[in-house]
Amino acid sequence: MSAIIDTRRRTMLAGATAAAATLGFPALSRAQSDVIRIGHLTPRTGFLGPLGEFAVQAADMAVAEINAAGGINGRKIELLKEDSVNPQTASTKAERMIERDKVACIIGEISSASALTISQVAERTSTLFINTGANSDELRGKGCKKFMFHIESQNSMYVKTCGRSLMAQGLVKGKKWFSLTADYAFGHDLLKVSKRFMAANGGDFSADKLVPTDATDFSGLLLEIRRAKPDLVISNLAGNQVTNFLKQYSEFGLTFPVAGFGFDMALAWAAGASNFLGTWPVVWHHLINTAETRKFVAAFTKLYGRPPENQAWGDYNAIKLTAQAMAETKSTDSIKLVEHFEKGAKFGLMKTREGYFRKADHQMMHEMYTVQALPAKDVKNKYDIFKSSAPVPAANESLEVIASTAEENECKMA
Amino acid sequence: MLFVQHLLNGLLAGAYYLLIALGLSLIFSLGGIVNLAHGAFYAIGAYLAISIGGSLGFTGAVLLSPIAVGLLGVAVERLLFRRFYKADPSLSLLLTFGLAMVAEQALRMIYGAPPLTWSIPPELRGQVFIGDFVYPRYRLLILAVAVACVAALWFLLQRTPFGRVVRAGVQNPDMVGALGISLEPYMAAIAFLGIGLAGLAGVMMAPIFAIHPAMGAEIITSAFVVVVIGGLGSFWGVVLAALVVGVTKGVVTAADYPQYSEAAIYLLMLLVLLVRPRGLFGERIQRFE
Repeated sequence: MSAIIDTRRRTMLAGATAAAATLGFPALSRAQSDVIRIGHLTPRTGFLGPLGEFAVQAADMAVAEINAAGGINGRKIELLKEDSVNPQTASTKAERMIERDKVACIIGEISSASALTISQVAERTSTLFINTGANSDELRGKGCKKFMFHIESQNSMYVKTCGRSLMAQGLVKGKKWFSLTADYAFGHDLLKVSKRFMAANGGDFSADKLVPTDATDFSGLLLEIRRAKPDLVISNLAGNQVTNFLKQYSEFGLTFPVAGFGFDMALAWAAGASNFLGTWPVVWHHLINTAETRKFVAAFTKLYGRPPENQAWGDYNAIKLTAQAMAETKSTDSIKLVEHFEKGAKFGLMKTREGYFRKADHQMMHEMYTVQALPAKDVKNKYDIFKSSAPVPAANESLEVIASTAEENECKMA
Repeated sequence: MLFVQHLLNGLLAGAYYLLIALGLSLIFSLGGIVNLAHGAFYAIGAYLAISIGGSLGFTGAVLLSPIAVGLLGVAVERLLFRRFYKADPSLSLLLTFGLAMVAEQALRMIYGAPPLTWSIPPELRGQVFIGDFVYPRYRLLILAVAVACVAALWFLLQRTPFGRVVRAGVQNPDMVGALGISLEPYMAAIAFLGIGLAGLAGVMMAPIFAIHPAMGAEIITSAFVVVVIGGLGSFWGVVLAALVVGVTKGVVTAADYPQYSEAAIYLLMLLVLLVRPRGLFGERIQRFE
């Protein structure tokens, strides 16, 4: 039945987009050749769709701010936005944006599987692609590309950031851990990285379970966890799975410490203060104490009625730094932009230190944080439900210490 | 011992497949409409629970949200479904599929795409321990609600004049018409019950599942699997199939293959269809022959 529904949906979408294509776009492309077009692709439906809305809202806000300030070298930005749906559709849409709509670059994505297919199109057409939400190490390793850059942190950075916190809490060495993993590209990649971390630091592996991305009921797995009596439960889950897991973990009243290696704040907000628990890594959150963060949070909250979360941060900053690079190079040419990034151009990312793309694998080097759930009684509103660590790595360390090493994840760019 | 726990947990999990599938089966039996929008009504039930619960609390949400969804169902039946009872079934499939997409997008536009927060009320939190087995109190409540729905529906269909007309209408609507009974109000009542049940399922699941616009699409396939295995139009077939599906998932998880737990129920459906194309208790329905 789901196959039937899926094909129907695709046929309908294809029909609708075909209609839109013949009616709207050609006239537009002739009339406004003096604008800079940026393609924005991210899942807006399906199990990652809930996060896509933050991405789209933040991208819109960034473009509005840039245009209000006079655009880039006097040219306005026009943002073309589409739902990337799944890896196949994502690559078709990327192709159309590049070849027909002549976008200068593509920004977005959350799914590691879709980011891979978009990067293949980007590479073939020599078009810059900035990945704002796909975490898998493979995209920075075997699948790395000259034209793909990552403002989203890789799985290794998430694992090592959260791992520091877990070691400080004495939850790693000689401790028995039990993991739940999303059964697709991202989860498998994360499981590999987390096993490597736990093995290197003396963690005792007790069990890992793969969970289908469309599974909503965790009761069977919770019974397994209860019986295994682990010292630490690790979530390598994704999207709504995280919310389902948190709600049901607290429903079953389990008390083993919980940590996650993949996380989005919106999923914790959805679980609510009474169900959120554990230690989680995050690229950015709305309580970071910098002037830039406060300004962004205030503007976003004013516009959309709720604070931004990490996915909003990714897409907002990806567009801002692309605009900055275009202004600095006085060019929208992808080859020039790639050169500029590779030379180590610095970007303010609303944190205490500036970030830069590492030349070897095009991963953004920047500070990360771990957040810990506050006890429900200390929570004052439905957004401030956590307390944050200091930036990781610490001020006296290189930003690269949390990233994968060349041995762990080798990238050979053509 | 763990295996027994999984078996028991599977049986209990069957309760919520049952809540979701009952209404689907009901609407199909009487009108012949395969309601692909059933999941959408489930999602609307969950979202309305949050809107209503904000001022009237959990109890208010549980009581009012299913009624609101049921009334929405009556409107949909009066305005849309009734035009399709005698049409080619593929047309009603298209209609309800479109309806599901419209509803999902409407939820996205009204409430936003990020998942919303809704939890078990404090007084219903906690667990019950039976020997080594642990079960949340809230899930026992879901079980009780599912059992009450089955009992009430059975009584309504088998022991009341209303049920007699409905059952006659299922078998032969033309004959019912010839006897001078108009089925129209019955169709509306069944839409109220069937779609209201979807809303009730949504309210009951909202505290333990993520609430997002596509939550209906998440459960609709399992609901169809339950109805197909049970046999279209069969009341007890659906009840049995819901339990079988729950247990199948439990057994697959117990066998240490949780990643195949979703796939397993489709395999089960395939096997049942190979052996009994009509489903476990599928009845011969004259007008579909």
